Amino acid sequence: MSIADTANRPGAVDRLRDALPKLVLSPTVAIVAIFVYGFIAFTLYLSFTDSRILPSFGWVGWQNYHNLFRIRAWDTAVSNLVVFGVLYIAICCALGLLLAILLDQRIRAEGFIRTVYLYPMALSFIVTGVAWKWFLDPGIGLEAVVHGWGWESFQFDWIKNSHMAIYTIVIAAVWQTSGFVMAMFLAGLRGIDNEMLKAAQIDGASTFALYRRIVIPQLRPAFMSAFVVLAHMAIKSYDLVIALTGGGPGTSTELPATFMYSYTFTRNQMGIGAASAVIMLMTIAAIIVPYLWSELREKK
Amino acid sequence: MSTAPDTRAFDPTAAGAGSGRKILQTSLRPARVILYLLLALFCIYYLLPLYVMVVNSLKPLSEITAGGMMALPRDWTLAPWQSAWSTAQVGVEATGLRPYFINSIIMVVPAVALSTLLGALNGYVLTKWTFRGATVLFGLLLFGCFIPFQIVLIPMARVLGLIGLAGTVPGLIFVHLVYGIGFSTLYFRNYYAAFPTELVRAAQIDGAGFFRIFWRILLPSSGPIAVVCIIWQFTNIWNDFLFGASFSDFDSQPMTVALNNLVQSSTGVKEYNVHFAGAIMAALPTLLVYIVAGRYFVRGLMAGSVKG
Amino acid sequence: MRKLTTMMTAAAALMAAGTGLHAQEVEVLHWWTSGGEAAALNVLKEDLASQGIEWQDMPVAGGGGSQAMTVLRARVTSGNPPTAVQMLGFDITDWAKEGALADLNILAGMEGWDDVVPEALQKFSKYDGKWVAAPVNVHSTNWVWANKKIMDELGIEQPKTWDEFVAALQKAKDAGYVGLAHGGQAWQEATIFDAVAMTTGGPEFYQKAFIDLDEETLGSDTMKQVFDRMGTLRGFVDDNFSGRDWNLATAMVINDEAAFQLMGDWAKGEFLNAGKTPGEDFLCYRFPGTGDQVTFNSDQFAMFAQGPEVGKEQAALATAILSPTFQIAFNKVKGSVPARTDLDVSELDACGQQGYEEFKAASKSGNLFGSFAHGHANPAAVKNAMYDVITAHFNGEYDSATAVDELVTAVQINK
Repeated sequence: MSIADTANRPGAVDRLRDALPKLVLSPTVAIVAIFVYGFIAFTLYLSFTDSRILPSFGWVGWQNYHNLFRIRAWDTAVSNLVVFGVLYIAICCALGLLLAILLDQRIRAEGFIRTVYLYPMALSFIVTGVAWKWFLDPGIGLEAVVHGWGWESFQFDWIKNSHMAIYTIVIAAVWQTSGFVMAMFLAGLRGIDNEMLKAAQIDGASTFALYRRIVIPQLRPAFMSAFVVLAHMAIKSYDLVIALTGGGPGTSTELPATFMYSYTFTRNQMGIGAASAVIMLMTIAAIIVPYLWSELREKK
Repeated sequence: MSTAPDTRAFDPTAAGAGSGRKILQTSLRPARVILYLLLALFCIYYLLPLYVMVVNSLKPLSEITAGGMMALPRDWTLAPWQSAWSTAQVGVEATGLRPYFINSIIMVVPAVALSTLLGALNGYVLTKWTFRGATVLFGLLLFGCFIPFQIVLIPMARVLGLIGLAGTVPGLIFVHLVYGIGFSTLYFRNYYAAFPTELVRAAQIDGAGFFRIFWRILLPSSGPIAVVCIIWQFTNIWNDFLFGASFSDFDSQPMTVALNNLVQSSTGVKEYNVHFAGAIMAALPTLLVYIVAGRYFVRGLMAGSVKG
Repeated sequence: MRKLTTMMTAAAALMAAGTGLHAQEVEVLHWWTSGGEAAALNVLKEDLASQGIEWQDMPVAGGGGSQAMTVLRARVTSGNPPTAVQMLGFDITDWAKEGALADLNILAGMEGWDDVVPEALQKFSKYDGKWVAAPVNVHSTNWVWANKKIMDELGIEQPKTWDEFVAALQKAKDAGYVGLAHGGQAWQEATIFDAVAMTTGGPEFYQKAFIDLDEETLGSDTMKQVFDRMGTLRGFVDDNFSGRDWNLATAMVINDEAAFQLMGDWAKGEFLNAGKTPGEDFLCYRFPGTGDQVTFNSDQFAMFAQGPEVGKEQAALATAILSPTFQIAFNKVKGSVPARTDLDVSELDACGQQGYEEFKAASKSGNLFGSFAHGHANPAAVKNAMYDVITAHFNGEYDSATAVDELVTAVQINK
């Protein structure tokens, strides 16, 4: 029920007043319409053109898409995104929830520990990239240190291995964002309805059932926000990959974001880059839109 | 989702200390020992890269090339820090990172302020002055959060060129504003959705207009979520490289570009200690914001944004 | 295709003319952000300052220039291109095609550039008969860097053929050293591939395959042999090679851990910085079988059109870049050789002087080839697609036969 409905008098000033909310919203609407959807449309158009180093408007139909699917690195990028995305989101949520539950237990120095978990989000990978690269390098990083402690057979050379390198990306990505997810879940936990918990306990529910039946469902809004943030970061993971592996070894840690950047800006293949961007956006839409739809509809 | 206005959520001091919470909190001795152990273990995981960076930024280069990235410095030295600040080679001139800090601050502060304000107004309209299609509009706005920045680089450059803002600080602020609105609206909209509408209606009956209500009623209790929004925006805009590099001029390059130049030089001796010192320096403002405002972060998230 | 940038350039010209913005300044986009090179570039800056022209520095490092290229696109699209941009090989041609570069012919005529800059370089400095860029240096890429101590210890002579080279590598490996110090990055693998292809197929093969992009040559048995040989080299590389930076690989040779490195002449700087002397601590010679050829890459400053005519500042910058004093001063520091063939190079060190003589000789005998691995044989799209195939093969994802097929496909898609 809108507040605007309660006022019911005609007149120019009043009509202006009624229009005020929409007026206030309109710059944002205009901005988003042009700079988000307008640009998406532009990219869509570019994907059907012969753009190379700069946009050009010669129509080539499906040529770019056809070529895109012949490029091996694209298949790798897409499958990497699935692997990385699923692992990243799942582990972040699980870890975030675990840490939130742990931190909720009336811990001394909670503020300090919380800051420690949260601070990685403040750093960009241009800052931490070299540190991580060293850490993951078998010659000077964790493997070398553990060898130095005497455990000679310890192996941690994932970053040099085409099949395992993507998992190192997951490790670094989880490090960066799980604290933030933890903060979201912690806030959610603190907002849980105590009365329901008491009532359930009186009814004889075990702690496990309490979590399963009351806590976790009430965390759904927190989960939604976390999912939005995590999905957004998974899709935009460019700095992370470049800082850690540069897409390597070979092309084994290529992700759509790095693929698109490389084809559009380094290889002077803007048409193919635009095509890959369109595919990426469609995939994002296919996942995010139904999710948002279901969550937002319920909010009413 | 509670139906009665839950003002408890807007009282940040109420950390859910009712008797119901204790049900979830264990007080068994062994369990608590394991608890602290686990927490400490994770602390190590999160602190490790920072430790590597700090420790190696205080070593002379000879110690670094000798190996042992986890070892404490034998010769403690602050020279890398001095170098990173004022004498490191970042371009043709050896200026260190200092001049670029100002550039970043001039750009970040207005961008964050404007983005937060606009997000607050948007959230206000979408929840308290809602209309048909408001939710759809919100969904469309939210979807815009996911757009990869590489897509918008070229068209944005064209638009900026057309309106004459290319290579200027206002232009860069505008770009960050455009791509920050989605998130700030998300935060405020969720927060205000849980804000009791009765208060607003009461104020309206008392004769307060659109802006009055916003200014007098909603904004004062928006502290927590404003902090969340500011932290998020500050982090993203301060750490942004792509827009900063592409839309700045020679005299307005932000600090991320300078840091990148320092760290990614393709030839010459890699002075890792200077790189680490520079990186930490570059991260200090955001770290500071997180440490100082971190307290309010959880409270802000608590008070409504996750309740939807 | 040209309309867009012509419009942009016209708009820029109008803006510049209207506001007098670009008087007495040059804005230079580059990625020389470290030590020696930046200092060398400073020489240019001082030179211009003495002429009353201000140098506005726009350094953007990262990805060996790829970040700078991204920024460049944004600048050009917004109608605000820098005065000069550091660029290599076919990127210059690509931008010239868009009509974004200035016509320096009048200046070139006055300064006599056509006579002193080799034709192989002019291919990139000129487009459609017009000078568009000023070359700064010439790096050559088919070098072998050897640790003299290990050579003497194992009695290895300078290998003159492929088989001798493999034998030398084997000897080093058997003695416990790393045969070939290598960094597992696409461009490094391509640099090796470059030299191996040249020695396996000879200059005509190289021309046909990489410059003419003839599909038959690309799919031939000779190409398969090249991949096989890359596979052989893979056996002499240590396990930790993946992702290693090139200078760390050089360090392996410097520190007596590895016998050889296949790298361009910029490796010399690392040796010199570590206090090593050419001929005593390390040896430098051409890749076995490519003794007469020089595969090169050349850093050039592409001049972007700021208006309908070339401005005084831009002309001053271009002249300064090709001036003998700057050419010697810069190349002394950078480890490369000057782009002009008429200079006295007594100030350069032994390896540098040798390189210069070989460069001049190769140019005269038609053996100066643009290195494909460094964007001087074919455009960026093709080059990078070839990179993908070479690095995938080197990392064991393809066998040689598949690699050859993939190479042909790569060229087809990206031509």
